[in-house]
Amino acid sequence: MDLYEYQGKQLFSRYGIPVSDGRYVTTPEEARTAAEEIGGAVVVKAQVLTGGRGKAGGIKLADDPADAEEKARAILGLEIRGHVVTKLWIESASEIAKEYYLSITFDRGTKQPLLMFTTQGGVDIEEVAETNPDALVRLHVDPLEGFQPYHARRLIYGAGVEDRSEQGQIAAILAKLYEAFVGTDAMLCEINPLIVTPEGEVKALDSKFTVDDNALYKHPEIAEMRDVEAADPLESLAREKDVTYVKLDGEVGILGNGAGLVMSTLDVIALAGGRAANFCDLGGGGDAEGVVDALEVITRDPQVKSIFFNIFGGITRCDEVAKGILAALERMPIELPIVVRLDGTNAEEGRRILADAAIANVHPEATMLDGARRAVEAATK
Amino acid sequence: MAIIVDQDTKLVVQGLTGSEGSFHGLRNKRYGTRVVAGVTPGKGGQDVEGVPVFDTVVDAVEETGANTTMVFVPARFAADAIYEAVDAGIATVICIAEGLPAHEMLRVYTYIRPRGVTMLGPNCPGALSPGKANVGIIPAEIFTEGSIGLVSRSGTLTYQIGHELTQMGLGNSTIVGIGGDPVVGSSFIDILERFEADPQTEYVVMVGEIGGDEEEKAAAFIEAKMSKPVVAYIAGFEAPPGKTMGHAGAIISGSSGTAQGKKEALEAKGIRVGTSPTEAAQLAAEVARG
Repeated sequence: MDLYEYQGKQLFSRYGIPVSDGRYVTTPEEARTAAEEIGGAVVVKAQVLTGGRGKAGGIKLADDPADAEEKARAILGLEIRGHVVTKLWIESASEIAKEYYLSITFDRGTKQPLLMFTTQGGVDIEEVAETNPDALVRLHVDPLEGFQPYHARRLIYGAGVEDRSEQGQIAAILAKLYEAFVGTDAMLCEINPLIVTPEGEVKALDSKFTVDDNALYKHPEIAEMRDVEAADPLESLAREKDVTYVKLDGEVGILGNGAGLVMSTLDVIALAGGRAANFCDLGGGGDAEGVVDALEVITRDPQVKSIFFNIFGGITRCDEVAKGILAALERMPIELPIVVRLDGTNAEEGRRILADAAIANVHPEATMLDGARRAVEAATK
Repeated sequence: MAIIVDQDTKLVVQGLTGSEGSFHGLRNKRYGTRVVAGVTPGKGGQDVEGVPVFDTVVDAVEETGANTTMVFVPARFAADAIYEAVDAGIATVICIAEGLPAHEMLRVYTYIRPRGVTMLGPNCPGALSPGKANVGIIPAEIFTEGSIGLVSRSGTLTYQIGHELTQMGLGNSTIVGIGGDPVVGSSFIDILERFEADPQTEYVVMVGEIGGDEEEKAAAFIEAKMSKPVVAYIAGFEAPPGKTMGHAGAIISGSSGTAQGKKEALEAKGIRVGTSPTEAAQLAAEVARG
């Protein structure tokens, strides 16, 4: 789960990482009040889960509360890479002497947390990694050993930070960031830029924070940060119904059992010349309840022109899935063409059940490739 | 021969008294797997259809000589269950449980590797050596005994390919599900190494998917270290970046972990990659029939 900048900064504060005084607001009037409370010049920052806010006009400096209200009015409603701005973070403006970069990522390749630090901050870090790789210091941490002060020394000396006060502040921030990374079960904690003010104060000017979905049960206060409104409405509905669903752009609605098989189904639909409208994994089950829930989500997508059930019966038996589909269709009439491919355990029986029911828009198929072709054909007719 | 599970497997099921644990544990037993014990704290002394249940894994190992565990406890107890098994001397851990926090698995992985423990999962279907033993949830009926080693990050996709192989008259030495999480106990390379050393295995089918770089690493390993032919299949060409596709580990981060990148890495090392599960099975059949 990706967090907004202001949420990440709330977590930073909780772990003692210095950030500027700020307020979360959703209206121009609130922006004005926030600026009054903070005092002095403020920055009005769009809160969206995407990069490129600055270039898109989503970050503006405001001299006083009236200006903050005006800037807020201009930014609210902006569309930044498909995200409409409805939330703002009003923050005390900082003077910037230097911009550094600091992050901890979950490196699944080496199976260790990876610390990255460079004094070339404030820009796209992948660019630094490409054009000036020596400037980017990388260091893995043994997860059982945990963060040690020497890790900070390696990064700080490696990146060439010479000021003693800066060194001390960065070392402290590194230790706290690692604590936050482990403490919140994060997959990514990034500070870009980590600034040094003209007075020599080091603080986080931005935050990028991703938390492991599988660990959210341990962190109910973070789980509550999920922004239900910003998510795709179909994905939110799916989440409510506990259906594993990802919205895509095509016209063939997909239901399958097992994540790998469903991914493969999307690919086979593409091979057959069509495009999948979604990813939807029924999991181990094929009971009517699960099928109804999934169909409800899928058919709410107006782009869907046909539906492809791709079921491989392992422990799940195809005859039960067939009954589940029929029961679901009784409760939820659908006029779209539905291609059902049943294979594996009790496949023949499953296909016979569907054939006997003789529902005009339900078309049983025996193989995945045939099913995909038929579903694409049905969608493009 | 075969790998990871066979006639010498003496299985303890952690969570045997739960509904899933007993269903699959007993299914494994009926298949012929030596299911020697179950562990559920507080239920020591009971039995599940004749399989004795112990309070701790140490008790189970002492009483029954169990050498392999199947972890069927809820995700939030899984890391603890794995540590318990490893510290009790269990050499092979097969974790079916799904939903382990990635950080917990990172620590488990770092703990077990230097101890020489073999681990599959979490979030995996287990391992099946047809005719010998089945540990996990793989439907054994659709596989036959043979010489093709099958290793995969996904369950049903493996069944799909195995089923197609069976229909072409080809069987398997062992089917290994390594799991769909970002960090799993065994990599493709760990399993490929075993297939290379296993006399029963003559060919290998590797089934990958988006996310991470294990397929790319496997490609280099296959070229450098394997004499046995390998064909591959990769799922997720149509997956958008930044979205988790069902498996916690199936996510394209930025431009890394794409299906196209994996396919190219494999093909660059001369490994053929099927465009569909059906074609992957056909490629395997071609190789197997010379």
